[in-house]
Amino acid sequence: MVGITSYGAYVPLYRLDRSEFFRAWGGIFGMSIPGEKAVANFDEDTITMSVEAAIDCLSGIDPKTVDGLFSATTTSPYKDRQCSGVMSMVLDLRRDVRTMDVANSLRAGTSALTSAIDAIEAGTAKSILVTAADMILAAPAGDFEQAYGDGSAAVLLGNEDVIASVEGSYSVSDEFAGMWRTSDDTFVRAWEDRMILDKGYSSIILEAINGLMKKYGLSTKDFTKMVCDSPLDVRRHSRLARELGFDESQVQDPMFLTVGNTGCALAMMMLVAALEESKPGDRILFASYGNGADAFVLEVTPEIEKVGHRRGMKNHLASKKPLKNYESYLRWRRLVTVERARRPELGPTTIAGLWRDRRLILGLWGKKCTACGTPQIIQGASMGMGTPTRICVNCQAKDQFEEYRFADKKAKVFTFTQDNLADTVDPPAVVTTVDFEGGGRAIFDMTDRDPNEVSVDMPVEMTFRKLFYDAPRGIHNYFWKTRPVRC
Amino acid sequence: MPEGIKDKVCIVGMGCTKFGEIWDKSDGDLIVDAAYEAYEDAGIEPKDVQAHWVGTCWGMTAAMLSVALKTQYKPVTRVENACATGAEALRNACYAVASGAYDIALALGYEKLKDQGISGLGGTAITTGVASVMTAPGAFAMLATKYFARYGLSPSEGKKLIAQIPVKNHHNGALNPKAHYQRELSLEQVLNAPIIAWPLGILDACGVSDGAAAAIVVRAEDAKKFRPDPVYLKAAQICVGPAEGQMSQAFDYTHVEETYRAGQAAYAEAGVKNPRKEISMAEVHDCFSITEAVIMEDLQFSPRGKVKEDIEAGTFNLDGELPVQPDGGLKCFGHPIGASGLRMMYEVYLQLQGRAGPRQIKNPQLGLTHNLGGFPYLSVISCFIAGL
Repeated sequence: MVGITSYGAYVPLYRLDRSEFFRAWGGIFGMSIPGEKAVANFDEDTITMSVEAAIDCLSGIDPKTVDGLFSATTTSPYKDRQCSGVMSMVLDLRRDVRTMDVANSLRAGTSALTSAIDAIEAGTAKSILVTAADMILAAPAGDFEQAYGDGSAAVLLGNEDVIASVEGSYSVSDEFAGMWRTSDDTFVRAWEDRMILDKGYSSIILEAINGLMKKYGLSTKDFTKMVCDSPLDVRRHSRLARELGFDESQVQDPMFLTVGNTGCALAMMMLVAALEESKPGDRILFASYGNGADAFVLEVTPEIEKVGHRRGMKNHLASKKPLKNYESYLRWRRLVTVERARRPELGPTTIAGLWRDRRLILGLWGKKCTACGTPQIIQGASMGMGTPTRICVNCQAKDQFEEYRFADKKAKVFTFTQDNLADTVDPPAVVTTVDFEGGGRAIFDMTDRDPNEVSVDMPVEMTFRKLFYDAPRGIHNYFWKTRPVRC
Repeated sequence: MPEGIKDKVCIVGMGCTKFGEIWDKSDGDLIVDAAYEAYEDAGIEPKDVQAHWVGTCWGMTAAMLSVALKTQYKPVTRVENACATGAEALRNACYAVASGAYDIALALGYEKLKDQGISGLGGTAITTGVASVMTAPGAFAMLATKYFARYGLSPSEGKKLIAQIPVKNHHNGALNPKAHYQRELSLEQVLNAPIIAWPLGILDACGVSDGAAAAIVVRAEDAKKFRPDPVYLKAAQICVGPAEGQMSQAFDYTHVEETYRAGQAAYAEAGVKNPRKEISMAEVHDCFSITEAVIMEDLQFSPRGKVKEDIEAGTFNLDGELPVQPDGGLKCFGHPIGASGLRMMYEVYLQLQGRAGPRQIKNPQLGLTHNLGGFPYLSVISCFIAGL
């Protein structure tokens, strides 16, 4: 039996109230759009958000048991660099893991899922992690801009201890694209709205769902829940449910009012939200649209009750801070050019250095001295000097270390500052010196913080983020930051 | 046990340019001005110098000095040791004459920071991708945050304590025509200054300046041939940390271990038993107000956690028991990185010789300089002691 064995999700901390768009631009035909959208911080992208969901999903699971990582996004930071390859190092997956990025369609998430199911059914893999993340940009001052939100989800697939089995699937491929981006586009493009909904979502996802039901001899009444993603115009989602004959109570909320449309991650985020509320025996209709549609029959098993604590959708949704205004959103997305800080320009990023220190940089691996037992890590604030650690900081023993992972350790702020001079997209730069539980101290930038709430002894956790983009060389520089314990 | 440098080397001539935003002079101009003042002060010709040490953090190679001074095919060595670069140039020149390899050596430090078009200091050559965005003020602000927390000072109490340091240093610097800034500051001005890195405001930070300073050193037995009042080096210590403060939870972040150890080594080399009583004056690395406060404790001028009492008693004022920064310090005199260590010694030299004008301290016997490069958790410290 192939199915989902674990799940996780991630919603960025910040939410932008849609009244802020109204304040900035006025309404669409004089009307403001209700609700709020989730906004990834300036230091997040689809790699970091996928990592967040994957870490949540792998909570309590040995990452070395994962045979594959299939990552879906339509907003990859790279055209030619595998995001799942980067993530594999961050998540500490095996060297012989199969990694694959799935892209270029809003149903990239369910396409990745289909491939994972096939691999497990074929017996070539026992456990595959599927992630989906998106942060799609629409040009300022339109209603699309308000509709999109940022987020990610992850599901682990396997054939043992399955919490929701895949009972069947059906896919339709269609070349129709009512909305699209070329490889050079920053913003989404769209054809006239009614045509793209009538001939796109409303026709094609329905075709896939009807095809699924026909294939397996099922009807609407056989499903406990409908978990289908939504087009930007969320009214079409309700219409689909009505046309299929679902009662409103059976329809999984597409989160328009709370998160916004998260592109290829939306369906999987909704699925995680549904699984959080599911009971053994529930049958879920799961479908996703994009250049065709994928539809699945899922059946929840008694194993669902054994899933350990997950931040998932519910906790991440409850944990939020308002983004203070629309101008901050423009700045975070670099949609306005701001005066640059009168600070030295960063020197060239060294690929050789990034490669040598990849375990430290991507996995936050430090060392533990086997002579005296002291965990230790050294990084950035001293310009990378002293990496890797060869001599113990405590007892000066040479080369007597085992690797020691700091990424999953809790820590406390030992001292901090709010640096107003530092060159950052979101000043002030809060910089923390932290002491890790179990030993070790290091200096990290802090993210997802209210500067006024930072204090000595504040508990923090580590989060994988993008430190900066080296534009002349086209290198996204990732590393870990501290953040107040999220939820 | 090594013999150390005590009384083996003398400074017989010094020069120092005005520090500041010297738009109309180049680094070469600053080098020439400082060197020629030192030659004249020592009563020597440029050709008398047998070897040169030049300290600069952001400059390039020894040729910066040889080309500026047109030294005639003589040895020139460029040294760099972060903000302690100037002191490092002096230390190496002293060892060269002490060894007998040379009779007369020049140590010169300079920096031309204001040609970079940015606030603060310069950048690094290569980025490894993991650098925090933290600035130098940020690293020292964390010292203040922790010091306040450890000793139970509220942010406003803590800020009031350290704000007295720039006020003192500007009072002294205003008496000094070579200082970057030529004005007094009030406590209110310091407290109300814009925050650069909480809890430090812009007036808790030292000046970022252009400038150069130079010294002519000879062996002690030759010194009186040059002048009747040569200044004898009693100690020249450098202490460089292994980043224990950055990596180990043992570091309390309310002191700088390297300063403490450099001070201890310098006191041992100079034979100083009671620094508070024996040291007549000090020029220390007040890159930020909080830095000077903890240096007072690390150098054992004040007991741990008790610098507040001495600051409030005026102990370190120009007319106090142990004047600190009689020339205005980094705060008011300015901080052209490579020059600062030699600038500090310039003030000690003038004070010991009774040539400090309106800043003159009564009958000084021993002067101390303290130069800090790096951060509270990982630093390069120089600590020199000089006397008559």
